[in-house]
Amino acid sequence: CSSVAASSSRPAIDKLLVANRGEIACRVFTTAKRLGIPTVAVFSEADRLSRHVAMADEAYCIGPAAARDSYLRTDRILEVASMTGATAVHPGYGFLSENSGFAGACEERGIAFVGPPPAAILAMGDKSEAKAAMLAAGVPVVPGYHGEEQGEERLQQEAARVGYPLLVKAVMGGGGKGMKLAEKPEEFLTALHSARREALAGFGDDRVLLERFITRPRHIEVQVFADSYGEAVYLFERDCSVQRRHQKVIEEAPAPGISQAFRQAIGESAVAAAKAVGYRSAGTVEFIVDVDSGGNGSYGGGQQQQQDYFFMEMNTRLQVEHPVTEAISGVDLVEWQLRVAAGERLPLRQQDLAIKGHAFEARLYAEKPENNFLPAGGRVLRWQVPPGAVFFTDGPLRVDSGVQQGDLVGVNYDPMIAKLISTGPDRAAALSSLHSALQQLQVSGLPTNTEFLKRITQNEEFKQGAVDTSFISRHERELLGAEPVGQSVLALAALVFQQAAVRQAAAAAAAAAGGAGLRAPWSVFNGFRVNHGTSCEVAFSHPRSEAQHQLCIEQARDGTTRVVGSGVGSAGSQGSDGGLAVHGVEVGEDSVCAEIGGQRLAANWCMHSHGEDEVLDLWVAGRQYQFRRPVIRKWLRTGAASQLAGTVTTPMPGRIVKVFVSQGDEVEEGEALVVVEAMKMEHTVRAPCAGTVQELRSFADAQIQEGHVLAVVVPAHAAAATA
Amino acid sequence: PAAVQCRSASTTCGLAPTDTSTVLPSCGVEPYSEAFRQNQAQMDGQIAKLDADIKQVLEAGGHKAVQRHRERGKLLPRERIQLLLDPGSPFLELSQLAGKGLYGSEEVPSGGIVTGIGSVHGRLVAVVANDATVKGGTYYPITVKKHLRLQEVAQRCRLPCVYLVDSGGANLPRQADVFPDRDHFGRIFYNQARMSAAGIPQVAVVLGSCTAGGAYVPAMADESVIVRGNGTIFLGGPPLVKAATGEDVSAEELGGAELHCSTSGVTDHLAESEEHALSLARSILSHLNTPPPPHPAAAAATQPWQQQPGGSSSGGGSGRAGWEEPLFPPDELRGVIPADPKQPFDVRAVLARLLDGSRFHEFKAKYGSTLVTGFGSLYGMPVGVVANNGILFSEAALKGAHFVQLCAQRGVPLLFLQNITGFMVGKRYEAGGIAKDGAKMVQAVANADVPKLTLMIGGSFGAGNYGMCGRAFSPDFLYMWPNARISVMGGEQAASVLHVVESDKRQREGKEWAAEAQEEFKQGIRDRYDAEGQPSFASARLWDDGVIAPQDTRTVLGLSLAAALNRPPASSRFGVFRM
Repeated sequence: CSSVAASSSRPAIDKLLVANRGEIACRVFTTAKRLGIPTVAVFSEADRLSRHVAMADEAYCIGPAAARDSYLRTDRILEVASMTGATAVHPGYGFLSENSGFAGACEERGIAFVGPPPAAILAMGDKSEAKAAMLAAGVPVVPGYHGEEQGEERLQQEAARVGYPLLVKAVMGGGGKGMKLAEKPEEFLTALHSARREALAGFGDDRVLLERFITRPRHIEVQVFADSYGEAVYLFERDCSVQRRHQKVIEEAPAPGISQAFRQAIGESAVAAAKAVGYRSAGTVEFIVDVDSGGNGSYGGGQQQQQDYFFMEMNTRLQVEHPVTEAISGVDLVEWQLRVAAGERLPLRQQDLAIKGHAFEARLYAEKPENNFLPAGGRVLRWQVPPGAVFFTDGPLRVDSGVQQGDLVGVNYDPMIAKLISTGPDRAAALSSLHSALQQLQVSGLPTNTEFLKRITQNEEFKQGAVDTSFISRHERELLGAEPVGQSVLALAALVFQQAAVRQAAAAAAAAAGGAGLRAPWSVFNGFRVNHGTSCEVAFSHPRSEAQHQLCIEQARDGTTRVVGSGVGSAGSQGSDGGLAVHGVEVGEDSVCAEIGGQRLAANWCMHSHGEDEVLDLWVAGRQYQFRRPVIRKWLRTGAASQLAGTVTTPMPGRIVKVFVSQGDEVEEGEALVVVEAMKMEHTVRAPCAGTVQELRSFADAQIQEGHVLAVVVPAHAAAATA
Repeated sequence: PAAVQCRSASTTCGLAPTDTSTVLPSCGVEPYSEAFRQNQAQMDGQIAKLDADIKQVLEAGGHKAVQRHRERGKLLPRERIQLLLDPGSPFLELSQLAGKGLYGSEEVPSGGIVTGIGSVHGRLVAVVANDATVKGGTYYPITVKKHLRLQEVAQRCRLPCVYLVDSGGANLPRQADVFPDRDHFGRIFYNQARMSAAGIPQVAVVLGSCTAGGAYVPAMADESVIVRGNGTIFLGGPPLVKAATGEDVSAEELGGAELHCSTSGVTDHLAESEEHALSLARSILSHLNTPPPPHPAAAAATQPWQQQPGGSSSGGGSGRAGWEEPLFPPDELRGVIPADPKQPFDVRAVLARLLDGSRFHEFKAKYGSTLVTGFGSLYGMPVGVVANNGILFSEAALKGAHFVQLCAQRGVPLLFLQNITGFMVGKRYEAGGIAKDGAKMVQAVANADVPKLTLMIGGSFGAGNYGMCGRAFSPDFLYMWPNARISVMGGEQAASVLHVVESDKRQREGKEWAAEAQEEFKQGIRDRYDAEGQPSFASARLWDDGVIAPQDTRTVLGLSLAAALNRPPASSRFGVFRM
């Protein structure tokens, strides 16, 4: 980052250990390197080949894959710190970043914790305590109940006082976990019980707090920074209103549609909040802005009354979305963190800070947006960032990612693949640059939310700016609906399926017999036939639109090629007899060029297998398509087609926590079979039909990959038929 | 200005070392000329006839039979072969026109059997696939002949054999022409046994019925696959069993996949569908552990397979690693043969469009010039070319014998381009010993133990057919162009000869012979010779391995030669040359 920091000297840190992994570890290492600070990485057994390990000067393994055995092992991390002579520890975000015990332990050993003092973490960590402190400091808070008394009756009374709709939140919660909504008094108890269960499971503490639910909220947060000398500044706000299931999807800075006065007011409230807990280092004060307050739905502008904002919570760490603030302020927040941790004063004062331009951040996740954002996982088989992107460094397009081609994502840790940060002179420019970046991004091997992000950037309401947090659910169809595939893309997919098989066969043939393989012209895999053309059937599905396609590539004797079949060659195409004429097909290792129905198409492709399917990812004209076709590999017995209805596949990769049935059991439709846990969320898998559990491939504690068949339930009628 | 002082006055000093003297020119074939247009129109008409014949062949046993076949979950033989072979592999299909018009009103497209060579896991295999849509896949005499021919090819080229079986066995009404003789049905199994003994793998995939004698195809195979449901194997089918023993059994019970894989052991692998069966066959072929022996001719070639062509277009651009495409597009071969077959043409025009880089190192160009001999290459594989360029005289025959021996000595495969009306006749030539000179060439051709390909690009008449490696001389592969004609002599000569014989006879018997009747007699002979000399007539009887279009010639010859080179090289021993 280009920094406007007054001091360019190296902070007084002999060596920096980053107690984290993935993109944030890489990001911290980048700044440390620039400042000339030697770095130490710690890693779990699952991360041996990770990027963050390669980036550090030294790296030490601290335990098995499970975070509780590695990245959460305070003792091992501190041991590495002492052993390597690290004088500072950066916790990143997540893991130990908001663990006051860890922060305290560092300080006891004379190691600088790059973050707030333990007391500040504690003060903000307890939501109820934090709100009380904010009230005292004059920071507006949402009406609610934060009392210690947790009896159901008392909570019900308090709920009535706070008013509906209201939220029941785990005191120790965060990130949407242990948070439930009650729209009416009748729903309160259900919400309460559900929140408590999750809270107990997730945090080992089932205390809850109640809070008024704001129907049309915007999520605006302020980046604050404080040093050890009582100085604090705000680095303006970020708008994180685009959320799904309370998780941020796209963030931007500055917040669109707010006035300078509002900005100043909310900024000063944030600074007041930080000072109230004796804060130090980078922190984020989250506010909820009530869109329905203030004048006529416009956002605190001009003459109208300012909109209400309420303190929600303070995140006592560097946030995932900190790059947008860096982009508009020109400040390297990690550099500031290191300087402050080294005892320096804040490099700039409030009046020295100004907003330059606009920035967006899109979070690329391994997930299935169309399937309720189910977390996904898998191996990254292709990972191409847009040309011109720079990693961890300010630029028109910044990419922060710890993922490399070949990495396994979303299985052991967070399913975030990357953050894309676009910057421009104004909001429209930054948004259009984000859109084109998303078009050029190529990820294969696991489901991602790329298409979903891309559609957000094209949404009219979003382009206007200042959306509230219900944006995604209000536009679900537009953002998540399946789009049919154009006929030339279908034809291209068929050609790639065919030619990829040919390429593979040609390569295998060349390697056969110890390289003595086939002689020309046999080695020219052009499918030559004596006196006639060839036709090659390609059957595949487009799972996203749930469409099946049966295409046929017909190559005439004279070499002319056309693609015919379902959905191809209807009105408007250039085929004379209902097909699409194809010319000049050139299939490279990962690229394909072809003239289809008169249109020249250039695309990238990646083929991989997944379970019993051959999967083709195709990037054409800024869109990614995924097609699948079954491979001839495993054969179900005759009549087994009926059993397919009862094949139960895991909805996501994860760990099996409970198995309810045994082989041979009779089950009813909808009966719970297995519970799969992934990303700390439990999913119950149910019987798709009534019948007998013929096969059971589920064992408690087993780690399972995506596509794993958990059980086969033979429908009652089919069992009778084959008996 | 200072003049550059040359050490030598010779203008040839310091020239680029590239020698283009062996590159053939267009040899009189000019694509924009009127003659070319006429030639091409004539040839295209003949190709169109071929295409029409092929179209009929591809319809197999007809719409109804095909539909019934598909309803059982079965594929047509060429579709089965496509799934068996590597994706994109060429398939060198042989004798597509077999059986055409042989049995009167009974059409037996392709002889009821599809045969050819293709690549599986990068090694060549010979495939025989019954077509059950044609008379239930039963063996007509031509079916047997075609099956045996493929086995002969496989044996000579040492290619593993895959039998895609779907046949009702011998065609019972024609048993006398199918069952008893040496080259009849039983020879199939003899060949299987002999090839297996010679280390040539035999693999059978049972995709339909395998009745009676047919049961021995999988039974004699080294390894076999059977499809559940469709595949059955038994010596006597349910009707025969019922008749013989009164036993009432279903085909599945009597010889189904389950029985043969788990009880009888007649087959080794159980497949759930045709696709599965063919993938199992591929798997079998990947475990043969018999790498093909390297051939010196192949070693001479660089390795074109190291560079794979990109697209699916079969345009065949030049400049691929390992070989040069001809300078003139092979498509121009459609315009080489004169529209009037009596017009002579330079056979080098064909070579210029056939050989790598149009390069031809001609041997004895000025001696015996009615036979063109010389060296070139096809897809990097060296070939010695023997091509007719007119009637054969003694010198030409001597030159041919010399050149063939040269190729045999060097292990260079031979390519014969036939366009021959015969050896020169007449008193002077007989006295000059043309018979013994022709015999020298025949002697050399018969005994040269190198891969041999024969292509008939025009007439193939009389003893010229022998000297130029006709079918009787067992070339590894023999193809005809659609314009080619084959018979013991030309129709015109035959008419004249027979006319002379007949009128002599009538004269002896003192019979009158009206001029119109004489003309009718001659026309009848001409018509008959013309009909019997047609490539489709020849191919229907398996006198060749197929009729091919001129523009495909380079590819077909290349595929054939590469297949022939699969067998280990041998040294030639010649007999007594009559001097």
